[in-house]
Amino acid sequence: MTSEVEHAAHDHASAIPHAHTHEDAAETPGYFEIMEISVRELLIERQLITEAEIHRQIDVLDSRTPALGAKIIARAWVDADFRGRLRADGRKTCEELGITFYDNTRLIVLENTEKVHNLVVCTLCSCYPRPILGLPPEWYKLKPYRARAVSEPRKVLAEFGTIIPDDVEVRVTDSTSILRFLVLPRRPPGTDHYTEEQLAGLVTRDAMIGVATIAAPISEQNP
Amino acid sequence: MEITEGAVLETLPGIVLATGESALYQTGDKVRVLTRKPIGHYRVPIYLRGKSGVVQSVIKPALDNEAEGFGRNAGRERHYYRITVSMAALWVGYAGAPGDALLIEVFETWLERI
Repeated sequence: MTSEVEHAAHDHASAIPHAHTHEDAAETPGYFEIMEISVRELLIERQLITEAEIHRQIDVLDSRTPALGAKIIARAWVDADFRGRLRADGRKTCEELGITFYDNTRLIVLENTEKVHNLVVCTLCSCYPRPILGLPPEWYKLKPYRARAVSEPRKVLAEFGTIIPDDVEVRVTDSTSILRFLVLPRRPPGTDHYTEEQLAGLVTRDAMIGVATIAAPISEQNP
Repeated sequence: MEITEGAVLETLPGIVLATGESALYQTGDKVRVLTRKPIGHYRVPIYLRGKSGVVQSVIKPALDNEAEGFGRNAGRERHYYRITVSMAALWVGYAGAPGDALLIEVFETWLERI
């Protein structure tokens, strides 16, 4: 938060008639929370949207988690035909699995290979493939990640513990408008005998954003 | 390859296309992102303005965000282009591999052919 925003938040909070004590200071809503509540209440009061619509949208968001993305990745690992269709038209292929795109975005699936590592960021705000991954992590929305992912991606990756060799190209995708992106990580070695469900269990949210790779299962590393 | 949803349309003689129906650029075309400073809503990061890249894929027409921000939607659909820009061309003294690149989708009105 900038000092200007903090100042504005303080002014706004002090305008509330019921003064807060130090004990409940943590309960005091922040500047943006107050703004959100005010706008929401106004929209409802003016009958532009309803409470029911808001609750419905929260239910929609809650039904989307990285488990959906993991299911897509695992299917792509075991089914080359599915992977091909996913690369050709991400949204249509996810819809075949029964995952809808309620925000009317399109999906491009970025496949990591021996020679290419993909990383996804939204420098302007927080565009994220919510229909298949749910809400983005906090760091994804903060300025340090957004600014540095496009200017020094290898350093950012290293801070996530992901070292990309120099002979592998780092491709950073800045998501700015109608497209959303899902990284298709490389299938870890030693998983040939895994079922699709077991493979899905290995896929992490961070690997689908591209800040991580998927390590071989520990039992496979030290047999 | 990535999706290519739009294309340069080939039509029968006499057919006149509406603005935005046919893609202005094709995969492989070299383009430059314009240096403009619009007031209001836009979806082109400042670090990208004036930089050159290559069209990687053509995305089917969608609304112009800048016009939509002011409620002007009719006739405002144009293609988006996913372009590749070399990291070394974006950042002075970029520390990384020479092949490192940035990919970003840019609205048609923000591009010029080079």
